[in-house]
Amino acid sequence: MNKKPILALAALVALSSPALAHRFWIVPSSTVLSGEQPWVTFDAAVSNNLFFPDHVAPAVEAFQATGPDGKEVTLQNGAKGKYRTVFDIALEKEGTYRVGTVREMILATWKEDGETKNFRGSAADFKAAALDGKPELSVTESYSRVETYVTRGEPNKEALKPTGKGLEVVFDQTHPNDLFAGEKSVFTLHLNGKPAAGVKVSIIKGDDRYRSEAGEIAATTNEKGEFEVTWPEAGRFWVNAAVGGGRGPGAGGPPQAGGQKPAGAPAQGGGGGGGGARSGYTAVFEVLPE
Amino acid sequence: MKKAFLLLTPGLATAGAGEVQLTIEIPRLEVAEYHRPYIAAWLEKPDKSHAANLTVWYDTEMKNAEGEKWLKDIRQWWRKSGRSLKMPVDGVSSPTRPVGTHTVAISDKAVDMTKLAEGEYTLVVEASREVGGREMVRVPFKWDGKTTVDASGAGKTELGKVAIKIETQASN
Repeated sequence: MNKKPILALAALVALSSPALAHRFWIVPSSTVLSGEQPWVTFDAAVSNNLFFPDHVAPAVEAFQATGPDGKEVTLQNGAKGKYRTVFDIALEKEGTYRVGTVREMILATWKEDGETKNFRGSAADFKAAALDGKPELSVTESYSRVETYVTRGEPNKEALKPTGKGLEVVFDQTHPNDLFAGEKSVFTLHLNGKPAAGVKVSIIKGDDRYRSEAGEIAATTNEKGEFEVTWPEAGRFWVNAAVGGGRGPGAGGPPQAGGQKPAGAPAQGGGGGGGGARSGYTAVFEVLPE
Repeated sequence: MKKAFLLLTPGLATAGAGEVQLTIEIPRLEVAEYHRPYIAAWLEKPDKSHAANLTVWYDTEMKNAEGEKWLKDIRQWWRKSGRSLKMPVDGVSSPTRPVGTHTVAISDKAVDMTKLAEGEYTLVVEASREVGGREMVRVPFKWDGKTTVDASGAGKTELGKVAIKIETQASN
């Protein structure tokens, strides 16, 4: 019985303090590489500050890498620490690699004996839980991707091909491994394979722990789904966009963080079926000095 | 005329018409750990697009072409040209060089000025040093195929004086 006010409070906190939103990120040791078989090591975590692990380490198994030929690349030396997950890949082929995680889950709330119950899990688990017909059942499909990109030699776009699922950046104009301070980049945001117009994109430079102001670069996609960024300086930038669900930036926690947050309000928009859909896109881009 | 000129200047670099002579000074640096810089020199058009590579000095001696691993640190060159090349490049790539002033004749395999259109060019020299800094020096010049080019600039940290000389038929 006393559960309800706590949940309400949690919801309030989550909504009212975006500055404390947890951010999921994958940071590569470098993004532009040369030589015969360079290696890249990745750090991944969910944290408050970029890129200082202090909250939750995601599972190594959650990550995949796609090579320049579109084929899967084996992650090596994977390890999950308390706050940080690490793994390496060897860039055996020339071109661009996409490395990241896609989380697809069902969030549901319903009433049972006057109490609000939560479900958070895979579509299969949701089916197994047999919640259909529960009073005031509200179901939200959540699809989010968190990724980054690295290139050996000349960049290519095979691994960057849009998937047509959820929110994703389509690199039809600017390649993510060709970003330089002072230059303008143009990216296209898609939702389920179509240009996503009017979506707010938040871009924050890493090391915000050492700044009083986060210095967020806010962009909004135009009718073609495009957004522009002129990189103010070199560094690693966290890029985030979300539709539906009403929760601020952060693209949520990793699967392990399940149950901490209430399944949010009904989706405000976005494609996909069910009672609502939310989708998030998060990436880390490296911008080099001119 | 040309022959006579060459005969009169024995010992000097025998610059033919359109041949590029490049001078790059690598300054002595008082640092605890010194590695020879990786250096690339190339020509750009006014819109900063790549026109031609002149030379790339990198560690060609390392086994398994390990030196190529650091080529990406000559960052602008890597972006403009390096990443689409298969190293080593005949007439372009050569080993790193020690502290001092180096004057080299650029092979016509690297660049044949007589085939470059008239116009404004910029010599770009970029140096990148392991456990050290990175610096780019830009030297603009005009090429019309008739007027001798003699332009220079200087870096502040990783590079000293850089200069480009291009003899022409007319100047011989």
